[in-house]
Amino acid sequence: MPAATEKTFFSVLNKKMMKSDIELTNQIDAYLRGELTESELIDFENQRIKDPAFDIKIVEHQNLVNHLSDYANRLKLTSEMNVIHESLDIFALKNEVAPDAHIVKRLWKKYRINTAIAASVALIAVSGTLLSTGFFSKSISTNVSLLRREINSIKKSQNALIKNINDKPSKGPVNPGQFGGTGFALSSNGYVVTNYHVVQGADSVYVQNSNGEAFKAKMIYIDPAYDLAVLQITDPAFKDLDLLPYSFKKSASDVGEDVFTIGFPRDDQVYGKGYVSSKNGYAGDTVAYQVSIPVNPGNSGGPLLDNRGNVIGIINGKQTMVDGAAFAIKSTYILKSIEAIPQDSLDEKLILTKRNTLSGLSRKDQFKKLEPFIYMVKVY
Amino acid sequence: MKKEVKSSVPADSEIILGILNDSKEILNRLYVTYFPVILQFVLNNNGNEDDAKDVFQESVIVLYNKVKSGNFELNSKLKTFIYSVCRRLWLKRLNAQSRTIRNIEDYSEFIPVEDDLERHEEKDRQFEVMELALSQLGEPCKTIIEDYYMQNKSMQEICEKFGYTNSDNAKTQKYKCLQRLKKLFFQS
Repeated sequence: MPAATEKTFFSVLNKKMMKSDIELTNQIDAYLRGELTESELIDFENQRIKDPAFDIKIVEHQNLVNHLSDYANRLKLTSEMNVIHESLDIFALKNEVAPDAHIVKRLWKKYRINTAIAASVALIAVSGTLLSTGFFSKSISTNVSLLRREINSIKKSQNALIKNINDKPSKGPVNPGQFGGTGFALSSNGYVVTNYHVVQGADSVYVQNSNGEAFKAKMIYIDPAYDLAVLQITDPAFKDLDLLPYSFKKSASDVGEDVFTIGFPRDDQVYGKGYVSSKNGYAGDTVAYQVSIPVNPGNSGGPLLDNRGNVIGIINGKQTMVDGAAFAIKSTYILKSIEAIPQDSLDEKLILTKRNTLSGLSRKDQFKKLEPFIYMVKVY
Repeated sequence: MKKEVKSSVPADSEIILGILNDSKEILNRLYVTYFPVILQFVLNNNGNEDDAKDVFQESVIVLYNKVKSGNFELNSKLKTFIYSVCRRLWLKRLNAQSRTIRNIEDYSEFIPVEDDLERHEEKDRQFEVMELALSQLGEPCKTIIEDYYMQNKSMQEICEKFGYTNSDNAKTQKYKCLQRLKKLFFQS
């Protein structure tokens, strides 16, 4: 191929002129590559000095050759770098240094310390509040049912009507009990019912009747879900009671029914009168009635009776910040609880009275008859 | 990629010497050592790994040119120099694409490198001109020029490769090609 192409290529050029230029180019190339012999080199250098036009030609040539070698070097460097780049594990590197794709994550990265501080403050504030209000001291059993939780929430927002005996100026004999409530007899042979929260965490429990006689008792059954506890008087000094004058009402009471209670908000029995104000308790709690009746700490565990002397419930609390909203566990749940007590485990049979000897009596006489069956529960 | 290479940061003077000697190993270590931070910078500032590769390779070219031109003074850490060049290149590129970012996330200290980049831009322009000129040169001129001036092959080798009967023909051809290239290169 060369001959033909060369011909068309060079045809227009002055061959003679070209001849010397070709020679020169080759000479310069040889010079730049250091291929000249020593004598040639000296001649070349001399001519450069003598002939500025010659020198310019060399500089021009050199300039172009430099550009070419720069170009070549850059290509070479780039290809070498590409080889290195291929050998890198870019994916792993990327994972190491990559920004998180989501703006949320970037924000999280930026503000996570602030978030952590805010969260800790919130956590401390919440747990501090809960701790100081005694939330954690109320033990929550593991088998929490919805019902039980509702009751727990009641307990939280209610003043449990336990009387702090030590806070009271004590009259008469020194009473070393720490907390107290009320309880009433379930049967004549020494079974007494009260609220679970009255005896919760008790080391020992005593019951004291209206004459001031105290008897040791033990817890034989507790039902935290209904806030109920059944005690048995174990004291040898205890003599069986007369037949109970009241019975337990098996059906629900109507709203508006007049009711009364007897309790120990102080060291003497106190009578209180009111009416059933709602068929459900706090926050729709179906286990309790809402009762409009004056009750105070210490009334917990007291019986709620209707006009005919039926026990319709047991006082267990009142709503804070609300006037006249006390709560009483319905008698049907007391009966349920008693039924749930395994009879075999009892020393003596627990037989509930079915006869009611209070109906038709005046309230004064009812109170007198009830008096011996209502106890102050003292907890140590 | 060997772990030990990754963890051992070569001394700056070692790299400079390696660049002057065209050491492939030094280029490799330079790449492995400093590419990650550039990747991190570009990825965290609206770029992808290909952008990082381009920018980083350009910065290495800047470094090589600077070192080889003989006026390289190490007045900062090499890492700082590379990072600064890349940072500048990348921000310029973002700007050119009108993709500005408000908060630049930085991963190293940096120094002003405007002078170096100006020089680089000039070189870059020349590179592109040369690329264009060579592409317009046509065959067999392009290959002859590349073989002789870029790969430093002897005229003898070129004669054999192209089947010229004597080296005078080859020399004439080379002369003509160079003239053409000169014209193309300096014209544009």
